[in-house]
Amino acid sequence: MFNKDRWQEIFETIKKNKLRTFLSGFTVALGIFIFIILFGLGNGLKNSFKEFFLDDATNILYVESGKTSKPFKGYKASRKIEFENEDLYDIQKFFSFYLDYITPRITRGAKIKFKNEYGNYTTRGVAPSHQFAEKTIVTNGRYLNDIDIKQKKKVAVIGRLVSRDLFGEEDPIGKFIDIGKTVFKVVGVFKDSGGDNEERFVYIPYTTRQKMEKATKKIGSIIVAFKPEIGNSGALAFEKQLREYIKQKKFIAPSDSKGVFIRNVSDDLKRNQQFASALQVIVTFVGIGTLIAGIIGISNIMVFVVKERTKELGIRKALGASPKSVINMVLQESIFITTISGYVGMFFAVLILKNTGDRLEDYFIKNPYINLSTAFFATIVLILFGAIAGYVPAKRAASIKPIVALRDE
Amino acid sequence: MIKLEDLHKSYKIGNSSLHVLKGINLNIKEGELIAIMGSSGSGKSTLLNIIGMLDLLDNGTYRLDNVEIKNLNETKAAKYRNKFLGFVFQSFNLINYKNAVENVSLPLYYQGIGRQERQQKAMKYLQKFGLGDWSKHLPSELSGGQKQRVAIARAMVTEPKVLLADEPTGALDSKTSHEVMNLIQEINNSGKTILVVTHEEDIAKMCKRIVKLKDGIIVEDKKIKQNLIKSNV
Repeated sequence: MFNKDRWQEIFETIKKNKLRTFLSGFTVALGIFIFIILFGLGNGLKNSFKEFFLDDATNILYVESGKTSKPFKGYKASRKIEFENEDLYDIQKFFSFYLDYITPRITRGAKIKFKNEYGNYTTRGVAPSHQFAEKTIVTNGRYLNDIDIKQKKKVAVIGRLVSRDLFGEEDPIGKFIDIGKTVFKVVGVFKDSGGDNEERFVYIPYTTRQKMEKATKKIGSIIVAFKPEIGNSGALAFEKQLREYIKQKKFIAPSDSKGVFIRNVSDDLKRNQQFASALQVIVTFVGIGTLIAGIIGISNIMVFVVKERTKELGIRKALGASPKSVINMVLQESIFITTISGYVGMFFAVLILKNTGDRLEDYFIKNPYINLSTAFFATIVLILFGAIAGYVPAKRAASIKPIVALRDE
Repeated sequence: MIKLEDLHKSYKIGNSSLHVLKGINLNIKEGELIAIMGSSGSGKSTLLNIIGMLDLLDNGTYRLDNVEIKNLNETKAAKYRNKFLGFVFQSFNLINYKNAVENVSLPLYYQGIGRQERQQKAMKYLQKFGLGDWSKHLPSELSGGQKQRVAIARAMVTEPKVLLADEPTGALDSKTSHEVMNLIQEINNSGKTILVVTHEEDIAKMCKRIVKLKDGIIVEDKKIKQNLIKSNV
């Protein structure tokens, strides 16, 4: 296979036909470049999507209350169901087999003020375990703890963006802020990968929130985390039992679909994963499309190259080149050029993807990447098809009789 | 050297076929310088192409150096061309991105001769034809006469049995035509068999024998007194 003389002949041809070499090389490099960039950006899109929708813990049931739609046991329809602290303890006791942790969530909007800076934010009255449900990451100070809950302390953990808005560069830990005219001490700052909105929350102990609202025992919604090891079927069973339990406890008709709502995050997860795989299909489709466009581009160039060389090939044949050696020459040259330029295109595309990181986060593209094996595979596919695309016109050119090829143009 | 017997060739054009050669009988001995003449359409180029194995014959026999040339596939034809024949064309047919010495050495490449030797042989022929100083020039930097001399060097470098020239002076003015014909005569004088296709009377007269073709048959075949050109190179 390796023939020094033949390679020398090919190198000479390449060296002396720079435009042609550049054109075919450029097409291949561009094809693979665009493929990798698009594929990488698609993966980046998937990354942001995952972060957006899959950032919370997945072993979670959200329990929300509503209004009954049917009368039951002497209660009228349209009765408003509300959860209280008692419900928390009862669920915890009754379902200890399934339960990992439980936390209430009381959501209230509030004007929050520090010195002259203020803004409207959402506060959430929660228990310490809420940190796991939301996967809150404390970057500074601490999260809420059990003592805060028990002593109904006026402490707050604020989001990164709240901190930035109110405190600027200042360290907020230990400072006092005004939440709805009650003074709270900032004990922690958090970040959340769920995006900007999640970083505009302020977490306070739910007991403190209740105390502010005339010592009510009411809680907004309940977040229940089940043990991950019970699995999907276990979660479904748990969800069903929990619904029955609450309906019974709150005197809701078993057939009433309104009084209590339970949202199973694992269902969301499934849906989101379906969406993610749809995205994957789109990305793959775009990738294959670009690859095909690249192949067509190479085919065009190869047809052009062989056409341009028809006369030269005719001369070579008249001088004693066999059809096989003509085909070999054309193919070897094209494979050489496509291989080199294909990998150059791949190299630059991968380099750009690597350096993009999270710079395109505003466009929902984060850490675009491509598997090196995918990149190599695509490059090889392109080279292979480039060779096939070159083979057909080369074979035709080689079978043209020298007199035809030599005919004066 | 070349023996043609009852050679026929026709081309298909659409549904009809065009009978170009209608039974050619020709015997060419070694060392001859033979001009094939005829108006366009007489079949002279077809005849040369068949002798040059660039085209296949339909009927008849073709013997080159007592070897019958038949059942040629492309690969075999290429090998024979390379080994036994040298070509000179009206439009030179040099490869435009290769310089003179590279063009001349190309047939040797297809003989599988090493680079050094190719280079040496090619240079030897260029020098012999007075082109030693032009060896590194591209065809586009050479005059018509120089190009044709490079082409002749390329045809001669493999030391073929027969040199086939298709209107070698067709694209040249009369002065350079004479230079090229002078070169061809010199090569002939060293013993090489040469076929020249031409439609110019004075070019034909520089050969030793004239074969006239008309409508696919030989109408005249005569030996003449060669009009020798004085060497002015």
